[in-house]
Amino acid sequence: MNKDYMITIENLTFRYGQDQAGAAAVDHVSLDFPRGSFTAILGRNGSGKSTLAKNLNGLLLPTEGVIYVDGYDTRDDDHVWDVRQRAGMVFQNPDNQLVSAIVEDDVAFGPENLGIDPKEIRQRVDKALESVNMGKFRKKPPHLLSGGQKQRIAIAGVVAMKPECIIFDEPTAMLDPKGRQEIMAIIKELHEEGITVLLITHFMEEAAEADRIVVMHDGKILLDGTPAEVFSHEETLKAASLDIPLAVELAGKLREKGIHVPAGIISKEEMVEFLCQYR
Amino acid sequence: MIRDITLGQYYGGESLIHRLDPRIKIIGTLLFIIELFIVDNFLGFGIAAVALAAVIAVSKVPLSFIMRGLKPILLILIFTFALNIFMVDGQILWQWGFLKITREGLMRAVFMAIRLVLLLVGSSMLTLCTRPLSLTDGIERLLSPLKRVGVPAHEIAMMMSIALRFIPTLLEETDKIMKAQQARGADFESGNLVQRVKSLIPILVPLFVSAFRIAQDLAMAMEARCYRGGENRTRMHEMKLKKRDYGAIAAMILFLAIIILESWWL
Repeated sequence: MNKDYMITIENLTFRYGQDQAGAAAVDHVSLDFPRGSFTAILGRNGSGKSTLAKNLNGLLLPTEGVIYVDGYDTRDDDHVWDVRQRAGMVFQNPDNQLVSAIVEDDVAFGPENLGIDPKEIRQRVDKALESVNMGKFRKKPPHLLSGGQKQRIAIAGVVAMKPECIIFDEPTAMLDPKGRQEIMAIIKELHEEGITVLLITHFMEEAAEADRIVVMHDGKILLDGTPAEVFSHEETLKAASLDIPLAVELAGKLREKGIHVPAGIISKEEMVEFLCQYR
Repeated sequence: MIRDITLGQYYGGESLIHRLDPRIKIIGTLLFIIELFIVDNFLGFGIAAVALAAVIAVSKVPLSFIMRGLKPILLILIFTFALNIFMVDGQILWQWGFLKITREGLMRAVFMAIRLVLLLVGSSMLTLCTRPLSLTDGIERLLSPLKRVGVPAHEIAMMMSIALRFIPTLLEETDKIMKAQQARGADFESGNLVQRVKSLIPILVPLFVSAFRIAQDLAMAMEARCYRGGENRTRMHEMKLKKRDYGAIAAMILFLAIIILESWWL
């Protein structure tokens, strides 16, 4: 167990319920997430990515294998709250994860559970709301906010617990494009502030923002590397029913035509830049 | 359309009554209700009415808004009035067949009607001037001494506040399901009562399913945020009695004393 790693997964296998004979949702997966890293876990529905995420903070416990979060074994009953405080989680549905009928009370929910002094809760709540640009909505009821705004509140609720790592379980899947951009911008900001980010997603464009992409398929790890490395395995990705980003596909087609496109180009913006300067 | 419904009957404001500690308001309302049952003459009601009028004036809740809340119970009011006026024996003022109005009956009916109106207006002042969430907070704290005898004070309050939080979510869900079923030709408007009730089944079944799904999601999200019941939990909003709260307590004691003295001497 290495202290440089925020989360260490050793040979994790997870099966739902009594399904001992059936296929494992997560099948012999080993991964390390260094402190301060930004990793995207990519896969289509049913690839086991969400199950993996829920194992990371003890919401689900490994059938086989061990997971260490900041050195704590997730199976250890005495430290389950330490694990959950360190590894916060933002879920897919913004409606179903907000507890209180007032925005600031919802953000305070986590710190209240940790038994923090009321004055400090107040400070943390204000700071967390500022960090997601929702300060002026503090007294509003969440059901009057848009999906993206609700999801920002959910993130503030996790940030107020001062986690070292945040696991985003498809946080943008139910949002419109604008909400999606807002959430991605906040995720990048949090990463820059030093928080270890794990982004579970099936959107290629979002995964491309990370420093590292782990592709899951049928509960196993299919690919693991930088976005450029992962996207170069076009055939493997297509076999896993994942669409590669438009820019990467275009780059591939251009290369077939004999135009030299550097391997680092994965986003639309980079492609536009490259094409404009190409001669 | 369904989104715009107002919850409870909270009337927003920043008046002294609004800012009082919810615990004081709950106890005050309870005292007021008890007092209405101690009182046995019109003078007592007069005193209670003056006190209530003072509270309403301070709260700045418009009288028309309060009266609107009385509308649904108008029927009950008329019913009790009629029951009392015809059922009490005594000096007959007016008679027609078996129906007779007695002096005592009339007195009694008016008496009960006043009591009922004061009761309803008094208790609605609590919900008009207190946010539902502060109310659940206040209830939790008032019940917390009973934790020792096994009353789950924190859990009761948590259930109430989650219910409040999810009313709009479930209404939205209902709206969505209704539209989806209408799109497939479901008809909720025509037919007799039995048919209409039957047509609700295709709404209720999916609604229950989604309510359970929401509950499961929420439970998981709460656990992920370290929720483990009321033990060792702190609160962001501390409830500390302020000067105005002590003032309110003094006013309540004064009112109680006047009512007791009044019913004692008269």
